[in-house]
Amino acid sequence: MNHFLYSLIGLSAGVCFILALKGLSKPKTARRGNIIGAIGATIATVVVFFYAQDGESLPLNNLGWILGAIAIGTVIGVPAARKVQMTQMPQLVALFNGVGGGAAALVAIVEYLHLGDKANTAEVIATVFTVIVGCVSFSGSIITFLKLQELMTTRPVVFPGGRFVIAGTLAATLAAAVWVVIELGNNPLLILAALALAFGVLFVLPVGGADVPIVISLLNAFTGLTVAASGYVLDSTLLIIAGTLVGASGTILTRLMAEAMGRSLFGTLFGAFTAKPQEASGATEERPVRSGSPDDVAILLNYARRVVIVPGFGLAVAQAQHTVRELADLMLAKGIDVAYGIHPVAGRMPGHMNVLLAEANVPYDQLAEMEEVNPTFGQTDVAIVIGANDVVNPAAQTTPGCPIYGMPILEVSNAANIIFLKRSMRPGFAGIENELLYDPKTMLLFGDAKASLTKVVSALKNL
Amino acid sequence: MEPIAIISIFVLAVFVGFEVVSKVSSTLHTPLMSGANAIHGVILVGAIIVADHSRTNLELGLAVAAIILATINMVGGFVVTDRMLEMFKPKKGGENK
Repeated sequence: MNHFLYSLIGLSAGVCFILALKGLSKPKTARRGNIIGAIGATIATVVVFFYAQDGESLPLNNLGWILGAIAIGTVIGVPAARKVQMTQMPQLVALFNGVGGGAAALVAIVEYLHLGDKANTAEVIATVFTVIVGCVSFSGSIITFLKLQELMTTRPVVFPGGRFVIAGTLAATLAAAVWVVIELGNNPLLILAALALAFGVLFVLPVGGADVPIVISLLNAFTGLTVAASGYVLDSTLLIIAGTLVGASGTILTRLMAEAMGRSLFGTLFGAFTAKPQEASGATEERPVRSGSPDDVAILLNYARRVVIVPGFGLAVAQAQHTVRELADLMLAKGIDVAYGIHPVAGRMPGHMNVLLAEANVPYDQLAEMEEVNPTFGQTDVAIVIGANDVVNPAAQTTPGCPIYGMPILEVSNAANIIFLKRSMRPGFAGIENELLYDPKTMLLFGDAKASLTKVVSALKNL
Repeated sequence: MEPIAIISIFVLAVFVGFEVVSKVSSTLHTPLMSGANAIHGVILVGAIIVADHSRTNLELGLAVAAIILATINMVGGFVVTDRMLEMFKPKKGGENK
């Protein structure tokens, strides 16, 4: 195959990626968009096997190794993607992003070892960039994975002098980068990679649980840019196009997400430099709360005219989507007006809750976005908050300096009655106390969300 | 390739990237991120190219590792995105299949 044809096919794959992103930004075309993207990636991968790179001949060298490695990657990746619980999907996306960043860094390292002294300065700079950003993306994504999987604390990890350690590591990384460009040695490159890995860990550690999705999105954009830089070193137009597209769209997406959550991007990223260790608020635990039984809840619901359900991550963890739908159907049958109030970041990522409810076949038109539902809480008799906490926490509006301050919330406190279904008094993902729990019009129903809802459903049926 | 050609491609791709996702509802943020994530798995192409011209065992070993990681990223990414989007299918009719 000649170079022109190879480039032309590569270009068609690039067009597929543009159409894929375009499709993915509208609900109707999203699935088709994803499939077009997959087709583009398949075209791009297959065509490499039929084109002899500079100075090489066909078939590719090490063909057995290449095909074997692809097979191993597929055997790992597909079942992981198929079997993952929808609740755990954000961390899987983080992990996929991390391995992509790691792959880009490895590609840059191999190419550097291969080129040796023949590399020109621009290529070395692109290599250094890829190694740094790819390694940061890799180790940073691993930390986001550990946080989301709750294998480590979801609170910001801040230690005394942390900001100096982070700044020092960054400075050392940049110094090593300059060293690699000047010295052109293998050892400097390995030291650079090690420093960048360490920086990725330090960069993500101080980020609080609620901000993790923003960081995943940002690291995703980073990985895109490393792919573009690899494209430059490897002289592949396709990699430049694909990487740049992801880098640019990922940056915009990161900003959109930060806006939806009412966070400043700068504050999220440089939280490390401004965060102070949080004081534990101990005394609040002792205050009285009003807890009720499933029957109390059922009675309250039975005489309501309008009910808003606010689902949160706890609902998904308890796999209670289907039971919630059963409850909603029952109320609708009794002539009660029912809506779901969906916070943009309910769940663990923007849009996560919509995915989970769609899985339970909740009709689309019952899902109300925050802007629609907030003005209606005044006419709402009962707001049922199921496994959500931070997204209804008034501290976001009333307590400057708390980690979620400024985040728009669902104003359930305007409803006549509030019911919280909670497992315990434990605070939410962001680790902040919720004043609403102590409100006189709040009733708490403790227990697993699914078990509690099942009891409420049967109690309501008997009324 | 000419440097100016590369810069042109880069700059144009930046604008296309900005443009295609500038108005997306928060409902689709997660699938879109996941889809973009899968697209950068195309680094697999780069990994295959470096595996092709690996001369030493070290180079080949690293290249094989890169291929495995890139494949997980790409294949897993598209599959998980499809699973997310599959859930948006009901009631909207017609568009899927």
